[in-house]
Amino acid sequence: MGRIGALALRHWYLLRSSWPRLIDLVYWPTVQMLTWGFITLFLTPVNGPALQGVAALLGAAILWDVLLRAQLGTTMSFLEEMYSRNLGHLLASPLRPVEMMLALAFVGLLRTLVGMIPTSLLAIWFFGYSVYGMGLALAAFFAILMAMGWAVSFFIAGLIMRVGLGAEALAWGLVFAIAPLSAVFYPVAVLPEFLHPIALALPSTHVFEGMRALLLDGTLDPHHLVMGALLDLVYLGLGIAAFLGFHGAARRNGRLLQMGE
Amino acid sequence: MSDAAPEPIPDSASPTALASPVLAVDGLVKHFGPVKAVDGVSFGIAPGTVTGLLGGNGAGKTTLIAMILGLVAPTAGTIRLEGADMAAAPSKARAAMNFSSPYVDLPHRLTVAENLTVFARLYGVAEPRRRVAEMAERLDLSDLLRRPTGRLSAGQRTRVALAKALINRPRLLLLDEPTASLDPDTADWVRRYLLDYQRESGAAILLASHNMAEVERLCADVLMMRQGKVVDHDTPAGLLARYGRDDLEAVFLDIARGRDIGGGPGRQDGGISP
Repeated sequence: MGRIGALALRHWYLLRSSWPRLIDLVYWPTVQMLTWGFITLFLTPVNGPALQGVAALLGAAILWDVLLRAQLGTTMSFLEEMYSRNLGHLLASPLRPVEMMLALAFVGLLRTLVGMIPTSLLAIWFFGYSVYGMGLALAAFFAILMAMGWAVSFFIAGLIMRVGLGAEALAWGLVFAIAPLSAVFYPVAVLPEFLHPIALALPSTHVFEGMRALLLDGTLDPHHLVMGALLDLVYLGLGIAAFLGFHGAARRNGRLLQMGE
Repeated sequence: MSDAAPEPIPDSASPTALASPVLAVDGLVKHFGPVKAVDGVSFGIAPGTVTGLLGGNGAGKTTLIAMILGLVAPTAGTIRLEGADMAAAPSKARAAMNFSSPYVDLPHRLTVAENLTVFARLYGVAEPRRRVAEMAERLDLSDLLRRPTGRLSAGQRTRVALAKALINRPRLLLLDEPTASLDPDTADWVRRYLLDYQRESGAAILLASHNMAEVERLCADVLMMRQGKVVDHDTPAGLLARYGRDDLEAVFLDIARGRDIGGGPGRQDGGISP
């Protein structure tokens, strides 16, 4: 099974033994989806093109949670090692930093799916909206957001290794700072002109722009998919480099011996 | 756990004449800014020996062990585990050793079996289930395998930590205060087990402890550290004889208070030849 599988197994054991953790994975995405669903119903009359607006908003809410859960799921798996004082055991084992990242990414994917699949099914039940109606494009959007979540998570996990749990707040807040620029619930055109280049430099922006075009106009713009994927490569490269760089710095300054604040 | 007479001290292996040491540390230096935590330490550990690492708080023991484990990067110097360079092949070097330390813990929510299985797989142990069962039997953990690790007593947790540390049959076992916070009976059982393991496996053990009686009983060699340097090295009997003391605690106090006389069989140019 290998070392990556071993670390993934550790987190599988943790999840299956802790129902509060499992509920937490489903609870917040569901609350988010329900809130946006009811807001949308309130704001839009139930007929004609307005239904497409419901789809766009609910689709955006669900996809936004993919990014959020991807990042949180990966970062939380790392934080679990710090909370349980197990990180020293792992870093002193044959597990390589890159293998740790791959294992955390896999666990992040697992946690995201555990949270998002029930939420998406509940959206069908409550609002008659199926995110799966996007077809194959959904898989592409999901992959782009997942990869971006991993990239952000690697950066945060590395930073926590470097400076300690004092940086933990970033784990909960960094992605929210990206939200206004990602044009989750509105098009990029709404943003001030000077913010457009910044917004379009985010893979997530291309997902939400692409999703709106698909749901409102019925067209899938390959430009957004390609840009999202290319930007992901850059972000993942930076995230991996940050994790490895921070890990190296933590080894040099002895931070791995002091895994507290 | 029996209360039989203490085991005799194992035969000494001279670190100056190590043809193929399990651990070879050469010119190891670690600076944290202006602080010299470890300052030019060299030594080797032969297979089948237990080496004690003694020193007061801040002497550099923890940093030295962390560098051997690869958790801290040396400023200078080399560390080799079974010939594998820690800087060039850290994963291979780490696969040859394991450790137990009060500074780390095993995940409390995982059962004993789950924790041991994870680490067996992390260390690439063949037939991990069989190895976990074997370690559980040897360390009297069979009845605890399905219990969450966080619900164990301190003594039980120490045995689980020891099982984790031995799960990959390490050639070098690093132990930091392995019997701290244990009752005398459990501590005695742990010491006996370590000696049995060392004899059976031919593994080397590096033991950091403030329990001088434990060091006298277990160790063939003792490294004395102060202010980041190895200031003396000898067998426990050799140290007692040269310092004219009756126990290692008195020798420890002499050295900690700067009354060391240095020397010892392995001492060369301020360090010990690997």
